[in-house]
Amino acid sequence: MTDTAIPEVVLNTREMTIQKPRTTSKRMRPSGGAVVMGLYLLFLMLPIYWLINMSLKTNSEILGAFSLWPRNLTFENYATILTDPSWYMGYVNSLIYVVMNTAISLAVALPAAYAFSRYTFMGDKHLFFWLLTNRMAPPAVFALPFFQLYSSIGLFDTHIAVALAHCLFNVPLAVWILEGFMRGVPKEIDETAYIDGYSFPAFFVKIFTPLIASGIGVAAFFCFMFSWVELLLSRTLTSVDAKPIAATMTRTVGAAGVDWGVLAAAGVLTIVPGALVIYFVRNYIAKGFALGRV
Amino acid sequence: MNKTVNQKAWFLVLPVLILVAFSAVIPLMTVVNYSVQDTFGNNQFFWAGLAWFDDMLHSDRMWNALGRQLMFSAIILAIEVPLGIFVALNMPKKGFWSSFCLVVMSLPLLIPWNVVGTIWQIFGRVDIGLLGYTLDALGIDYNYTQNTLHAWITVIVMDVWHWTSLIALLAYAGLRSIPDAYYQAAKIDQASRWAVFRFIELPKMAGVLMIAILLRFMDSFMIYTEPFVLTGGGPGNATTFLSIDLVKMALGQFDLGPAAAFSLMYFLVIMAISWVFYTVMTTLDKRDGK
Repeated sequence: MTDTAIPEVVLNTREMTIQKPRTTSKRMRPSGGAVVMGLYLLFLMLPIYWLINMSLKTNSEILGAFSLWPRNLTFENYATILTDPSWYMGYVNSLIYVVMNTAISLAVALPAAYAFSRYTFMGDKHLFFWLLTNRMAPPAVFALPFFQLYSSIGLFDTHIAVALAHCLFNVPLAVWILEGFMRGVPKEIDETAYIDGYSFPAFFVKIFTPLIASGIGVAAFFCFMFSWVELLLSRTLTSVDAKPIAATMTRTVGAAGVDWGVLAAAGVLTIVPGALVIYFVRNYIAKGFALGRV
Repeated sequence: MNKTVNQKAWFLVLPVLILVAFSAVIPLMTVVNYSVQDTFGNNQFFWAGLAWFDDMLHSDRMWNALGRQLMFSAIILAIEVPLGIFVALNMPKKGFWSSFCLVVMSLPLLIPWNVVGTIWQIFGRVDIGLLGYTLDALGIDYNYTQNTLHAWITVIVMDVWHWTSLIALLAYAGLRSIPDAYYQAAKIDQASRWAVFRFIELPKMAGVLMIAILLRFMDSFMIYTEPFVLTGGGPGNATTFLSIDLVKMALGQFDLGPAAAFSLMYFLVIMAISWVFYTVMTTLDKRDGK
């Protein structure tokens, strides 16, 4: 039996080596995969292109002649936004609360994620699921209570109010992502460090944090992202001083109709920060979306 | 990883607990409070028992919104999951084009949700939008603000545009984690492309796909901003999903009692379904020996 089995394996491996040149020659012509990806990326880019296209036109051109690209290229719309404080402060406000939120979320999530990844303790599984339920909580449910809570403690229309409100879904997310990354670090490292006489805080800062640096980066990226794209809570909790850009955009609808050009320009400018940060984490995006569990 | 029992670990979790208690438990208790009380104004409340829950359970408005919501979530999952897997299977494996695809695909995910609504609102307009103009030129009487079917299609296409990449990215990450040896073994067995997908790729992706479906389910069930900007819940109530209806009730009409009862039931539905997903997910994790 074994005598016949061996030649079979040899035969198969030989077949594989024969097949190899055929597959490489197949790669020479454009494959079906490239066509599929091309179409999909085109589908993704078309609406964004249209927004950029509109932002570079004057209003009369937008409403007048239909054209696939701007005939009279103008940066007027961008100039309007970047020179008017009531416009650009929207971006500043958004960035302030997003950064605050990211910092707070990471600060509290790091120790908690470590606890979940290393220890079992009373009620840990329930606690973990309870955290997840906060990620599931519809912001619409919390809009009114948040408004009352932050009004009653005098935080209404401040950046910290929005930052704290966004912790509702960002802290659980950060805990999940960090826990996933921390699982991948062998426990022996902790034990060795303790034997070497490191205290817990020293170990955490000097040894552990560098090991999960990419995880922290990804968690920060996701906190940034979800805080940046959220509108319902940030709009409910602010009126003037901390008004986010997303809410400022409604200004373009005025008595004289919609100022399409400025609206489009404002939209394009909200995509820019995301596009910038995405470049840095491109290789970890998927892992982050999988909450560190790939 | 085998974990040690250590009750002191609670201290590490404490900051999260305090923060989330502040930003979740207190507001949630306010909601519970409203749901069992009634008011005649002037901040005077009296006990109303479970009357609001009873009201909401018998209100057509809520059942209709729930029906639309379930239909929406089901449709987008049915489109986005297969499409996402299909895209992931066709993505370049490495090199420049792989990074390029990753960055471009992530772009829609990072656009503020109201801007997503705005983009599609413009894109679909017959006078100034590429999509609307093209359809109109082709002789299709397209109007998403008047026609229910068109509104639904536009909202669904928008969601597919916005979120399919998430599923594709996750599936792609799952595919990347499959060792080459599996494919070689399949080749030796002369397995068909379908068999490779069915018995190697799909089981290996199962874990991440569960996360993807869970995330998409939760987020689609809470969807508010995008359809609100695009259609405002209309025409009529055709695209009024649960969150839109809730905000209308709570912030628009200030019907606090019914809105609170509505909120709690809404939350419970999401929690119940997510718990099922979560249980399946952790079971899968355990089976994989993670």
